[in-house]
Amino acid sequence: MAGAADPRPGDPLFAPEHRDAAFDWLCGLGDGALILGHRLSEWCGKAPALEEDIALANVALDLIGHAEMWLALAGEVEGQGRSADDLAYLRDALRFRNPLLVELPNRDMAVTTMRQFLFDAWHLPMLHALSESASPRLAEIAAKARKEVAYHLERSQDLVIRLGDGTEESHARMQTALERLWPYAGELCQPAPGDAALVEAGLVPDMAAVSATWQEILDETLREATLERPEGRADVQNGGRKGRHSEHLGFLLAEMQFLQRAYPGAEW
Amino acid sequence: MYAQMVKSDPTEGEPTPEEQAFQARIDAGEKIEPKEWMPEGYRKTLIRQIGQHAHSEIVGQLPEGNWITRAPTLERKQILLAKVQDEAGHGLYLYSAAETLGVSRDELTEKLLSGAMKYSSIFNYPTLTWADMGAVGWLVDGAAIMNQVPLQRTSYGPYSRAMIRICKEESFHQRQGFAIMMKMAQGTPEQKEMAQDALDRFWGPALMMFGPSDKDSVHSAQSMRWKIKMNTNDELRQKFVDETVPQAEFLGLTVPDANLAWNEARGHYDFSEPDWEEFFEVLKGNGPCNQERLEARQTAWDEGAWFRDGLSAYAEKRAARRAGQATAAE
Repeated sequence: MAGAADPRPGDPLFAPEHRDAAFDWLCGLGDGALILGHRLSEWCGKAPALEEDIALANVALDLIGHAEMWLALAGEVEGQGRSADDLAYLRDALRFRNPLLVELPNRDMAVTTMRQFLFDAWHLPMLHALSESASPRLAEIAAKARKEVAYHLERSQDLVIRLGDGTEESHARMQTALERLWPYAGELCQPAPGDAALVEAGLVPDMAAVSATWQEILDETLREATLERPEGRADVQNGGRKGRHSEHLGFLLAEMQFLQRAYPGAEW
Repeated sequence: MYAQMVKSDPTEGEPTPEEQAFQARIDAGEKIEPKEWMPEGYRKTLIRQIGQHAHSEIVGQLPEGNWITRAPTLERKQILLAKVQDEAGHGLYLYSAAETLGVSRDELTEKLLSGAMKYSSIFNYPTLTWADMGAVGWLVDGAAIMNQVPLQRTSYGPYSRAMIRICKEESFHQRQGFAIMMKMAQGTPEQKEMAQDALDRFWGPALMMFGPSDKDSVHSAQSMRWKIKMNTNDELRQKFVDETVPQAEFLGLTVPDANLAWNEARGHYDFSEPDWEEFFEVLKGNGPCNQERLEARQTAWDEGAWFRDGLSAYAEKRAARRAGQATAAE
């Protein structure tokens, strides 16, 4: 109801002037976690070793758990009564706000591992900064998620180093994966136009600072992995925050949303 | 448990004093530990049984993995993913238990892929609707538990300890499966139809999980003496039917067996034998999903080779660098 009292007194996240931008920003974070978690879950039973099956499922579970928290909060901020499930299962691609990187197909374990590393190396400093947010709700979820993401980064960074500096073949595959993903990687650190007011209010981190840490982690890890940082721009492929996605997202959503779309209103 | 028709190697001729002492320890309820003396037949039978169980956990990820990307809510997606992850974990405990008997995980995997070792027939059936996620948990995990609970007392220490951990998780899975069935059975007409259809398709294959009838089961006696097998196939099948029929009634679903009836005199349900011809066809590789299941495992193994090799190569390089540094420091 327009003009209703602030539902969360004292938490600036719920201030009416931030509503649209905060909803959009939270969807960006929640959708990123959801779509990447979904992609990782596609590996189930098919990983190169049992330990990897278990680890990939772990990371997928963490991310889907984060998505649930972010999307639930997005729904609260929006104030239209939409739940995390409503947002996950009943929006079409135009309304999804995830970066394109996470919706790209898994291909081989080199692409999956490199994508995970590029994401984790952004995710951790972002959550770290977000845990200092002026919004207690944002800070609380970020602090919780950060502990899990620290483990994600440790694992993906370690794998990038080991596979990069492994055999000739594993090195070549990792380098190819990096080059393939590079044009998508920079979108992680690109703010959307609406974010400026949120940054100014101290609600969400300034991406320039997050980007600096991200670049440092990348450089250090790639050096140790004996991989070469591609020369081209890292931000040519983007559009997720505007709902402009790759061809892949539509198929992913068709699969993910099938039951909710085929049997509207049923409980599961 | 997911072991069917595990061949046992009975001791030939008069038992030696060592074999007699071994049997006496088992009869006294002692646990046999990895470094201790054991008859070769005991070791081989255990490897076959534990290996088959481990393979079943691994292949068993596939029919449920089939629905993770289509799970209807975020919560259901997480529960299913966690469940399938538990199965990979069970595979890991069991391969480790088999390793204590002198066989590596890679050797067992090669035998699975070549067809020299089997996995449970149940995982060669398709999962066609979301209700199958309920039916698999309720019936398949339910049938597995019947076998696994007594195996917590099996004579081989590492196997017994693996079973204790596995049983805790399996009974949780079974309850989760039942909860899905409950939602479906109480849901819309379409959901109820899916629930009944899932029961119709999984009932017979679930009964087959216990293996052939005792009169046709040739390997039981020795395994039971060794406490590798704790109950006969028919005993466990009866127990499963007795526990499951009231649950189906509670759900308002119909067990697809016209001969199913409570037998007051026996104190058990009478029921029809499952279609054993179908069972043997599935074991031969002619079930609806045998080819897909093995292909999926073969692809994971082949396409993962570079990944495993890469990690091994790095580990060797690192060890060599450390050795080099140690030498340089001297």
